[in-house]
Amino acid sequence: MAAPVSLQVEFGGGAELLFDGVKKHQVTLPCQPEPWDIRNLLKWIKQNMLKERPELFLQGESVRPGILVLINEADWELMGELDYKLQDQDNVLFISTLHGG
Amino acid sequence: RGCGPRSAGGSASCAGCASGWRPSWRGGDTAEQEEDGERERDEAACGARQPSAAEPARGDAGDAEDEDGARGLRERLAAELARGDSGDADEEDEDDDEEEEEGSLGFPAELPPLPARSALSAAEILRYSRQLVLPELGVRGQLRLARSSVLVVGCGGLGCPLAQYLAAAGVGRLGLVDHDVVETSNLQRQVLHGEARRGRPKARSAAAALRRLNSAVQYVPYRGALRPRSALRLVRQYDIVADCSDNVPTRYLVSDACVLAGKPLVSGSALRLEGQLAVYNYRGGPCYRCLFPRPPPPDTVTNCADGGVLGAVTGIIGCLQALEVLKIASGMGSSLSGYMLMFDALEGRFRNIKLRPRKADCAVCGDSPSVTCLQDYEAFCGSCATDKCRALQLLPGADRVSVQQYKALLDARVPHVLLDVRPPVEAEICRLPHALHIPLRSLQDRDQESLQRLQNRIGEEKQRTDDQTPLPVYVVCKLGNDSQKAVKILQELPAEEFGSVVAKDIKGGLMAWATKIDSTFPQY
Repeated sequence: MAAPVSLQVEFGGGAELLFDGVKKHQVTLPCQPEPWDIRNLLKWIKQNMLKERPELFLQGESVRPGILVLINEADWELMGELDYKLQDQDNVLFISTLHGG
Repeated sequence: RGCGPRSAGGSASCAGCASGWRPSWRGGDTAEQEEDGERERDEAACGARQPSAAEPARGDAGDAEDEDGARGLRERLAAELARGDSGDADEEDEDDDEEEEEGSLGFPAELPPLPARSALSAAEILRYSRQLVLPELGVRGQLRLARSSVLVVGCGGLGCPLAQYLAAAGVGRLGLVDHDVVETSNLQRQVLHGEARRGRPKARSAAAALRRLNSAVQYVPYRGALRPRSALRLVRQYDIVADCSDNVPTRYLVSDACVLAGKPLVSGSALRLEGQLAVYNYRGGPCYRCLFPRPPPPDTVTNCADGGVLGAVTGIIGCLQALEVLKIASGMGSSLSGYMLMFDALEGRFRNIKLRPRKADCAVCGDSPSVTCLQDYEAFCGSCATDKCRALQLLPGADRVSVQQYKALLDARVPHVLLDVRPPVEAEICRLPHALHIPLRSLQDRDQESLQRLQNRIGEEKQRTDDQTPLPVYVVCKLGNDSQKAVKILQELPAEEFGSVVAKDIKGGLMAWATKIDSTFPQY
């Protein structure tokens, strides 16, 4: 049984607009048999934070193209992507890439 | 003569170089050239920066012997490129003439390479003195800048400050690409274009403004969009590319062209109160496609017209881009390869994010690339290579009216409700006085208080008419996209609560109203 995990979940680059315009969220993930990974976090976000139009944030079990996921200020690619096991007090940032100029 | 290691060096501490060289230019041109050659050798002996493989290739060894021929070539080129430099009015006229010529030919033919140089003139020394005394730049760095060419893709909010600082710093040549003309709503952030330039091509306007700033730089305006068929030829002619564009297809096009041509790409973007900066395809680092192998769904992309942007934010990102270009061009090297710098203006915060390395399976820069020539990026991204607002077509024609039709029924005093669904911030800019304002967001959320207000207004209007007739609700927004989404929501509302409501949207929205019906209505 994994202990609850407290995270700072942040959204930026416009992704926050899908979360009532709030950029920083303190999140506590409840106890569950499996350890929390990013895959489960995305499901949890979909159920608990994302009220509508999930297609603007998610695609399949991952984020949609154009959203960078950063775990403790590093590209999630370097951390195992969906399989990264979340640690207490991790910072997870979802940033929508900008194209304007 | 000798001097210490570079970390301790600089013009002040490198006494041998400085004292041995400084008096020489006072002695005249001949002395200058001789002395300069010596200085070049001195610096090499001092262990100054060596060009790396990723830097623009230059024949340092041939500097001195090419100097005379190169000068003549440079003067001819400068004369040709600087035509129309005598005054603003003339300049504009000549600009326009050249433009026509260029338009028929497409992009101009191959540019001659910038001449290698081994010395700065006295005037250049004075002009660039504040940066020449920086040990990190120095004469050697300045000479490298003078031999560098930079292609600026997009002369808008990022391209203007970027080009301004590159021109001021004395880069050799600036290619300026933009397909658009200057509009009033550009002036808030596109700081090279003045009021008098409205309606002029941005590439020309930028070149004219930059020429006033530094006439020694060669400016090559390209009026037209960067296209897959011409991009590679263009990119190959420049040492460094700055992506200052405003749309997704162009970002993929520029990145792929840079990979295929082997050029470093300094990429900036900004929207609302945020900006992002990265250096791609530089010293073995990732390219844009390594990060974003698949383009974002078109629905998720917001442009500056819809999302808004503050000029100071594009200015900050454009200046940061200029800084990275200058570092690469002068030989300092960029520290941002493999990193993305993110700026949040509201928080006043920068984050430097470590990115993944180059991907071995990247479609363009990977070990076995599938993209070996430029493609159709509009098809790849499912969107146009501009930042113009898209016109959605969500409703059948019968559910839409034109602004002229709406004006006619307004004049005929036909009972109806006009529902304005723009965000509150836009409704504060301007509105039609008789409109009921409920943001689309509130309709999407089925906000009870908002729906009650709508129901009340419908009730009031219905009292003025025969209850049997369905009351029309006309929905308006800025451009006629959100209004269609709102109509779809209204059409699904329960009839028992709202009675018989016929919802239609006004095509083209309030901006069409402003252009076709009431010219005093503000446009934004």
